[in-house]
Amino acid sequence: MNVNVTPPAIEADRLTKRYGDSVAVDGISFSVPVGSVTGLLGGNGAGKTTTIGMILSLVVPSSGRVSVLGFDMARDAYRVLHRMNFESPYVDLPHRLSVRQNLSVFGRLYGVKNLAERIARLAADLDLKDFIDRQSGKLSAGQKTRVALAKALINEPEILILDEPTASLDPDTADWIRGHLERYRTNKNATILLASHNMAEVERLCDRVIMMKRGKIVDDDAPTRLLARYGRQNLEEVFLDVARGRGKASTEIAK
Amino acid sequence: MISSSPSFSFSRVFAMVMRHWYLLRSSWPRLLELIYWPLVQMIMWGFLQSFMVKQTGVMANAAGTFLAAVLLWDILFRGQLGFSFSFLEEMWSRNLANLMISPLRPVEFVLSMITMSVIRLVIGVVPVTFLAMFFFGFNFWGLGIALGAFFANLLLTSWAIGLLCAGLVLRNGLGAEGLTWSIMFLFLPLTCVYYPVATLPVWLQPVSWALPPTAVFEGMRALVLEQTFRGDLMLWALVLNLFWISLAGWGFMRLMHASKRSGALMSVGE
Repeated sequence: MNVNVTPPAIEADRLTKRYGDSVAVDGISFSVPVGSVTGLLGGNGAGKTTTIGMILSLVVPSSGRVSVLGFDMARDAYRVLHRMNFESPYVDLPHRLSVRQNLSVFGRLYGVKNLAERIARLAADLDLKDFIDRQSGKLSAGQKTRVALAKALINEPEILILDEPTASLDPDTADWIRGHLERYRTNKNATILLASHNMAEVERLCDRVIMMKRGKIVDDDAPTRLLARYGRQNLEEVFLDVARGRGKASTEIAK
Repeated sequence: MISSSPSFSFSRVFAMVMRHWYLLRSSWPRLLELIYWPLVQMIMWGFLQSFMVKQTGVMANAAGTFLAAVLLWDILFRGQLGFSFSFLEEMWSRNLANLMISPLRPVEFVLSMITMSVIRLVIGVVPVTFLAMFFFGFNFWGLGIALGAFFANLLLTSWAIGLLCAGLVLRNGLGAEGLTWSIMFLFLPLTCVYYPVATLPVWLQPVSWALPPTAVFEGMRALVLEQTFRGDLMLWALVLNLFWISLAGWGFMRLMHASKRSGALMSVGE
């Protein structure tokens, strides 16, 4: 019987990363369905960034496996990298290149067809027109974030990985970015994996939240179900419960 | 949406070359820097050569090779810097992670750095060769076909060293940046730029002959002083270069993998 099974967007299987004696990610397994928005939460040192690094093939796992759209990222990353993209405030674009030049370079790297048209579309969607010919290093934090998002969307990725996409932005710009991500996900049926410390953002965008602590997954559920189980009003309180092992978190994690 | 990504793409190499070309043309200090040192070197050695040719004996004879030596040395040195500079720019601008998660293959990345090294060299050294003709009457291009062999061999060496430096910076971060600027100066005495290999102690001569530029500088002296093109030396340099560049390529890939194992790529530039 020929069964055509669509692979999950992202799948981690007993994924582990050790740096010497320290275990950054400790045998985690999860699966992210196509078209979902998943939040990756955890305090500093929880292993979120290392997990993202392994998904992006920037970090080689010590053991276990991570695959994207069915391709093993340790072996076959180049078969899928053109279908993904990434944005983080901790990674920059060349400062002396204009926004248009940067988008043009990355558009070519990703083999984007009708590149000028695509850049014009992104400039309109993300409101870049006023500064598209300005050097990227001379932009405000909000403008830089919009440009970084434009770079992450240049190839219309099926998988979009975001590491704190609204860090250091004013509430208005942050809200605007979230709105754009929601529209992108709906229009393209894109899968988004989002690491964030902004719980309101996670509550608004994510269908599901994976909570990490000391390299392990300590909870994994829809935000509404997490609130109900922990008996809390918002995710920030759940996050604090998990981070400090207090309240219902102590029994939930034990389970 | 893009449905496939070829395993090699000139368009991606071109994209990276454009990235560095945009940078270069946006900054006149960067352009000036390319020509500044080759010009200063040429002027200093040019005056020294002018002084020494007025003397008599062996020294006058040897002096005739100084300008050729300094211009060939600049091909080697600037070739390596041009290669390494393109790589360091990605580190300084914290852009490396963006490139590493893109479909850009390592071989395309390396080819773009090779192209930029040639572009930087042409901008920096070619005008200086004409100035050498104007100021000191030294026709560098008069080396003829041999110049092509010298040029190709020196560039191959410069890329091998550049590749190794890039790998070390990738693995160890910007702490290894100093090596990029200084490593070539180890080659200055060992490759016998300004004097024959026979000048070195006997035990050091095999080390010198294992470095491809040594054959090039010996070949240059044979050409200038004896008007003899030493094809055997150029062939020896080519064989050595193929060995060194293969080793450097292997080392670069190993160091890149090591940086992915250590998580160094996640913290590049921070």
